[in-house]
Parts: sequence; structure tokens; C-alpha cells
Amino acid sequence: MFGIIASIIDGVLVGSVYGLAAMGLTLIWGVMDVVNLTHGSLIVAGMFALYLLTDATGLSPYAALPAIVVGGFAVGLFLYWIAVHRMIGRPPLMSLLSTFSVNLVLVGLGTAVWGTGLFNVPVSLPGLTLQRFTFPGTHILAAVLAGVLAGCLYAFLYGTRLGKAIRAVANNRGAAELVGIPTTRVLSFAFALGAALACVSGMLIATLFPFTVLSGDAYQLKSFVVIVLGGFGNPAGALFGGIALGLVEGLATPFMPVSWILVIEFGLFVAVLVARPGGVFALRRT
Amino acid sequence: MRLPILAAIMLAAMATGAFAADSDTITIGMTTSQTGPLNVDSLGLQQGANMWRDDVNAAGGIAVGDKHYQVRFVTYDDQSQGSRVQQLYTRLVVQDKAQFLFGPYSSGLTATAAVISEQYGALMLTAGGAEPKTYELGNKYLYQVITPAGGYLKGAVEALQAHNPHAKVALVYSDDPFSKAVLAATSEQAKKAGLEIVMNESYAPSTTDFGPVINKIISSGADSFMGGGHYSDGATLARQLYEQKANLKWISILVAPGDDKFATLGPAALGVTTGSQWEPSESYKPEFGPTGPEFVKRYRAKFKSDPDYHAASGYAGGLILQHAIEQAGSIDQAKVAAALDAMDVMTFFGRVKFATDPQHHGLQVAHEMVLAQWLMNDGKLTRQVVWPKDAASAALLYPIPAH
Amino acid sequence: MATQQVSTRIDALPRTILHRPFFWIIALAIAAFVVAPTIGNDVQLRESLLLAAVYIILASNLNVMIGYAGYVNFGSIVFFGLGGYLCVWLVGRPGFPLAVAALAGGVVVSALALVFGFGVLRLRGAYFALATIGVNEGVQAFVMNFSPWGGAAGMYLSTELFAPLGGPRQALWTIYYLLVAVMGLSLYLSYGIKVSKFGLGLLAIGQNEDAAAVLGVPTRLYKALAYSATAFLPAIAGGLYYFKSAFIQPSDAFDLTFSTEAIAIVMLGGQGTIAGPAIGAFFYEELRGWLLTSDTFSHFQLVVAGALLLIIVLFLPRGLIGTAHARWPDLRRIIE
Repeated sequence: MFGIIASIIDGVLVGSVYGLAAMGLTLIWGVMDVVNLTHGSLIVAGMFALYLLTDATGLSPYAALPAIVVGGFAVGLFLYWIAVHRMIGRPPLMSLLSTFSVNLVLVGLGTAVWGTGLFNVPVSLPGLTLQRFTFPGTHILAAVLAGVLAGCLYAFLYGTRLGKAIRAVANNRGAAELVGIPTTRVLSFAFALGAALACVSGMLIATLFPFTVLSGDAYQLKSFVVIVLGGFGNPAGALFGGIALGLVEGLATPFMPVSWILVIEFGLFVAVLVARPGGVFALRRT
Repeated sequence: MRLPILAAIMLAAMATGAFAADSDTITIGMTTSQTGPLNVDSLGLQQGANMWRDDVNAAGGIAVGDKHYQVRFVTYDDQSQGSRVQQLYTRLVVQDKAQFLFGPYSSGLTATAAVISEQYGALMLTAGGAEPKTYELGNKYLYQVITPAGGYLKGAVEALQAHNPHAKVALVYSDDPFSKAVLAATSEQAKKAGLEIVMNESYAPSTTDFGPVINKIISSGADSFMGGGHYSDGATLARQLYEQKANLKWISILVAPGDDKFATLGPAALGVTTGSQWEPSESYKPEFGPTGPEFVKRYRAKFKSDPDYHAASGYAGGLILQHAIEQAGSIDQAKVAAALDAMDVMTFFGRVKFATDPQHHGLQVAHEMVLAQWLMNDGKLTRQVVWPKDAASAALLYPIPAH
Repeated sequence: MATQQVSTRIDALPRTILHRPFFWIIALAIAAFVVAPTIGNDVQLRESLLLAAVYIILASNLNVMIGYAGYVNFGSIVFFGLGGYLCVWLVGRPGFPLAVAALAGGVVVSALALVFGFGVLRLRGAYFALATIGVNEGVQAFVMNFSPWGGAAGMYLSTELFAPLGGPRQALWTIYYLLVAVMGLSLYLSYGIKVSKFGLGLLAIGQNEDAAAVLGVPTRLYKALAYSATAFLPAIAGGLYYFKSAFIQPSDAFDLTFSTEAIAIVMLGGQGTIAGPAIGAFFYEELRGWLLTSDTFSHFQLVVAGALLLIIVLFLPRGLIGTAHARWPDLRRIIE
């Protein structure tokens, strides 16, 4: 019996990290109507940044977080100017294609440098054991950090001038421009922020699981599911969407063959989309 | 609009492609996965084969009668994708005039490539496809150098039975052709050995978090684990089994522990066993070709890394073909095929013999796998052969110490 | 550009399709596909053109949804994969002849698409795109668990099944011609739709769906019909293709990168045009194939392919044909 509760708790812990991963994707999508297909690669970039930083400096993995935020932001700015800026205001398909191309380049470079072999960042944190079930310390800390980062993002979007500008641009770019908001700067900032979020979530995932250059695909797909559950363009909803996804995984596993979980996940995904396109946790649009 | 593009591309293709084989060269074609998820294993396979080619050419080539043939490889990147494999193997046969083919890496890609070998009647040695089904479809030109899927965890079942005849085993494995074939055989072997199977489930290859699955294993009361699939899932399983203190006495995982990088998992790797086609510590007495220690030494010197079983099987594939050509005294396909059919030899890689009945033609029937385990040796994790006992280089660790 | 497109459609309508030069250009292209590999019995060219034909089929059909109706079907590969599964299964187990099995696959997939279409097409824009990903992944996960189709291990066909087509070598030619036929049908279907009233309705939906509905276009029916019609030929192509491969497994059959590539191809060539997706597909496949086998680029083929695509997207945003149309407006009447 407790096994089921343990599964649910574990699902929620990992789910909040999925939520963080999706936040970057949904922020970019919501603000500038760009489906960022480099999202998976950015997650992988975060993973490898953590690997390289801890390997080179021997620091605690969590000390790498600020560096990865800054690095991810810089990479995001760079990507915005080469692949996204010219696509703003064009049909969303165009940015899809440009980010698809950049993603090919990133995956190709990653494969050439690291191969597609296994990488692991060892982290040792004491876990929490209840009866026969253990919740690893890394999972608990990652979930807490994901929650804190989501809170920071929320506070930023609703509490600061720049955050409000981002929301204004998301609502109506033309009107925002009329009232004097420098939309280009705001858009590039939002894209870079989304990229930084993706990198940080990659870093947190790397503290939980081993990874390869190609791990991004799985997390990108999960991010799409999370976005739907949490509601479009709604970064706060993404956290709940992630938790919901983890909950589904945790709740379904004890009751059915594991291989059916994906069927359930995507069945639910399509059903939610058709029945409640705003997402289960559709809040007020940011 | 369309014609100039067509013409330009065809010109470009011709400029890079056409390259007629001259009479003193044997051309061997293969695809490798330079990109995509199969890149690691495929790289080992290719480096092993390359080393064989360089060895042969340095020694003056393959002797056929009084003639000596140099070996030339044509390799393309199949991107780990089935749709590319058929296109590229056709190109190898038709345009590059490859006389012999080596198979790609993985059961899925081998099944796809096998179709081309059959359609064009080209001899193909496969050192990267363990799934036996491909050899049961009436293909006449395929020869499998490695032990088929049923052998991967046979040693694990035997060893576990010897240490705990009442073990409760959880079988949890990836939903892909190779892992399913291995675990279907393992399930039979375990039942026959009297072990109790308390869980038998597969997971989607894209699974990222095994937390809920491991809680289910714990709830099932299992004390032993067999399963996994490829790299990231196998390594993630090992790490999460450790972190969630599943306290299993026995853990066998496919493929991932065969990679030296598995040691980066640290304490989570300790005691993990894997079925291996070949380990550097094996000491067969080869009838021809290098001995095990020679192979290891020269591989290290050449590639600055330790050979894994993929590298060894890649080299062995070349050796077997060379031996067959020398026995046949000809590079005629039918004569070489007859030599392969009749072959029963011992190499550094172990014994090799192919099934000749039409229902299983080309299936490997003699090569034996070993069970390797990650053990602590002078404070360093190393992979040692622990089963069968006469091939063991270290004592088996059972149970895996609790933590 | 929008209104211009619709207006050229309207004054073009009275002329029959046979009087348009483009009709005959398509016929010429098909003839080139048929004849080119037979010169010198060039099997290598045939294999390369076969993959190009598959991409053309996928891209042309996808273009009806993307280029006309403005709906991005991200998971179009599900038609191809399901068609492949049905055909391989029907040929392998009950022993249907290839033609019957492939057709049956097309009909079943098309019918399923109609049913699904009514549900999923309630969604618009990004929501629809996401739903199609969900459908593809859901079907893949289901097939992985569906043991009559071999689950994750997939299904194999014995090479003896090539015997009714005259043995493996002859069979490859037969399958190639069949695929070229399907390619021709796809091009004419997409052309036929474009010049019909149905196509006009779809274009209207693509411009402004609400306005189209107000003007009396039965939007839901049209969208579902388009979705279903463009499932038919890809499903048949999937059947032929996987029969040729003699092996099908879920991870290949429902590989999302294939769908993404198809979208990239439509954009590359020029969405909404007939020639665009075809030329885009041809160009894309030949480029990738060339990079793969080139000594210089094979190690960096992903990087080079990505960089080239990016350059095209940045500097030829309307695609090859779209850009040509903008540059030489008269070309519109010849290459559509």
C-alpha cells in the first residue's frame, strides 16, 4: 500500500523538474509565438555544462547553478539573434524551421565532440527512507529548487517592470510597441530567459539521472505534454503541469504494466487538448 | 527549374562516388552509426574491423592461391536509422561494388540490412545483431559472428541459481527487439532453473525516470534484478536502484555495464553483472590470428582505449571472413559461403560455427558468452569475468553488499 | 499576396486543368522518375529516387494541410507508419497480395483519419500541432504493446513473399514503379484540390477561418475531409515502403523526425505551391544522401545540413518556389 504513495511522491518530485523544463518552452511560445525546437538541445547543454564544470573545478554540482543561468542566458541571446529575430512576426512555421535547423547543428556538434555515450555526474546527498522506500536526496533538492526557481520567475513576471513588459508584449505586441515598450529588447530577453530555464532544468536533471547527447528528445517531448496539461504560455501552470505528469506516472505504475504508461500519457494528452485546450490548470493568461 | 538541380546533384554524386575496384583489392562495405543513439557501440565495432583491415594489409593482404588481395573498406554513416540502412547497403553493393558486407550495429538495423544481402545475394557477416529472428527467415547469405540473444543472460541465470536456488527475480527491460528477445529467453531459462519470477515487464525505450518502476520492484518482494536495454536506461536503472536502496542481492543489466564509462556511476556500479560476448581476460588458444592479450595490447596502442566486446567482435568478423576466403582459395561468393558453412574454428574471440540447416542458416551456434561483474579492486572499479568458473578472472560477489 | 492568390484561382477556374502547362510538367517529372533509372539499369539512382519519391509523397500531402488550410500536422508520419503496419500484417499473416494489402491500409488509415479529424480539428494553431504529436506518440506506444503486430520487436516478412513479384530483384523495380505512381497521384491530388472549389474553401480557411465560416464554407467538414484525403496516399506509400524493407518496427515507423523533416521540406520548397514541396523533397533528400556519402562532410553531415537549411530559411523565407514566384511573377502560370 505504501508503495503506491511512495510512487506518487517520487512522481511528484521528478515531475516538478519536468515542469521547470517546460517553463522555458512555454515562456518563449507564449511571448513570441515561437516553437523552440532547440529546447531539447538546450536541456542537454545544461547537462553537459554541469558535467564540465564539476569535472574541471570539483565544486559541488549545485554551486554551478548561477554559472549555468548566466551561460544559458548568453547562449539564448546568441540563438535569438541568429535564428529567431528575423522570424518574429512571420508565420510560426518559419521559426519552427529555423530552430529545427539550429537543432540539427547543435546535435551534430554534440555528437562530434562527445559521441552519444553515457555521462554521469555523481552527487551524494542523504536520502529520506520511509519503510522500505527511499526518496533520494537529489530528487528532493531538485524539486525544491524547481519550485524556488518557478517562484522567482513568477515574481519576476508579475513584480518587475521588465516582467510586466514581457507580459504586455505577449498579450499584444503592437499595442506594447505603441506605448513605448522596446519590443525587440524584451523579446530577446524573454527568449534568453527561456533558454536559461531550459539549461537549468537540464542541470537539475543531470543531478538525477545519467544522460547522453541525445537525451534532449525525450525531455522535449515531455515538455510538450507538460505545456498542454499546464496551459499555454503560462509558466506558472507549467510547474503544475509537470507535477501532474509525474503524478500520472507515479499513480499508474503500480496498477498496470509499465509499458502501457506512455499510451495513457498520450491518450490523456490528446483528450485534455480536445476537451480543455486551455489546459487543466488554465489560470488567467499571463 | 528541376533539371539543373537534378543534373548538378547527379554530377556531384558521380564525382564523389564512382570508384572501380581494381583486381588486387577486396572491397568490403558496411554502414556504421556515426550519429544517432547507436554511435558508441557502433564505433567499437568499426574500430575493431579497421584494426583487422590494417593488420591484414600490413601483413601483405589476404592470400588466395598465389595472389594477395589488399582489403579496402567503404563505410557510410547510417545515422542509426533503418531507412538509411537499405539505401546505403544498396549503394555499397551496386555502386561501390563491395564483394562482401559487414552488418551494421543493432538487431533492428541488421534485420533491415539483411534484406539487401538477400535481395542482391551478397555475403554479409554480422557482428552487431544478436536477435535470432533475422536468421530464421530463410536468408541464405547471412553469417552471425556473435552469440544470439538467448545467450546474454544465460550465465547470469546459472550463476544466480548456484548461489541462491530460490531467488525471486524481477525482469524489467526495454521495449526494443534486442532486449525483448534476450529477456524472453531469460524468462524461460530462469523458470527451468527453478527461480521465481515475481515481475516481468517492459518499459518504453524513452523512459527517463525509473522511480515508480523501482518502487514497484521493491513492492514485488524481488531480491534479484535482470533487465535493462541500452545505455542511458541501463545506467539510470543501476543508479536509481542504488539511490532508492532497493537492496537487491543480484543485478544483471544488458549492454550498459559493458562500457567502461559505467564505472562513473561509482558505488552504484558495484556488483552489477552483464552478459559479455568477450572480455579482455579471456584466454582461448586461437588457431589463427592474434591471441587475446596481443589483441588487447595492440588495440590499446592504436586507439588509446581498452577494447570492449564490440571491438573484439568487429575484429573477429574480419578474421572469420579472411579465414573463409583463404580456405576457399577464391573470392567467389559461393565458394566462400561453402567455407563459412563448413567452418568450426577457435579464435581469440572464442569458438565460431554457423548453423547450416535452412531454418536457421547462419545463426551462431558455438560461441559462448561470459558473465562479467563490476568489482572493487585496489579501490578501483573494474569489470571481471566471474562466470563460467573455468573462465573466471575473479570470484563472484554475492550478494551485493547492502548500503 | 493572400487576396491575389485567391483571385488568380477564381479567374483560372474556367480553364480546364488539362490546358495548363503545369499539368504536363508534372507528367514530365513522373516520366523522368520512370525512365531515368532504367538508363543503364541504374539501381543506385533508383534507390535514391525511391527515397525522394517517398519524401515527395509525404510533403505533397502534408502541404494540403499546411499550405492550403494553414494547419500544421506535426505527426503526419502516423499515416505512413500505420499504413505500413497494416500492409505488412495483411501480406504476412492472411497472405493478401501486395496491391490489395496496401490499398486496404490506405482505406483504413483514411477512415481512421476522418474520425480522428473531426475530434482533433476542433483545435487550431499550436494546439492542433501538439495534438498531432500526441496522436503519433500515442499510436506508437500502443503498437509497442500490441502483440499481434509483434509489439516493440516489430514484424518481419520472409523474402519468399517477393516471389509473386518475380523474385527480390524484379520486386524492387515493381515497388519502385508503384511508389512513383503514388507520387504522381499525390502531385495530381494536391493540384486537383488546389484548383477545385474544395481547395478554394481550404485556402479561405487558411486565410481566415472565421470569415470562411461566415461566408458559408463548411469548415469542419472541409478540414476533416482534407485530413482524411491526405492520409490515404501516404498510408499506401508506407505499405509499399515497408513491404520493400521486409521489416517494420514502431521506433522507425512512427519516428517524429520524419514528420519534422516533411514540414521542413514543405517550407523549403514553398508552402501552398504544388511544385515547392516536390522540389523541396527532392533537394532535401539528395542533399542529405550526398552529405552522408561524401568523404569530406560525412562526419559533420548534421552540422552542414542544419547550417544550409538555416541559411535558406533566413534568406529565402518563402521557400524556393515562393521566392521564384515573387521574383518572376509570370512563373506562377507555369510552375504552380
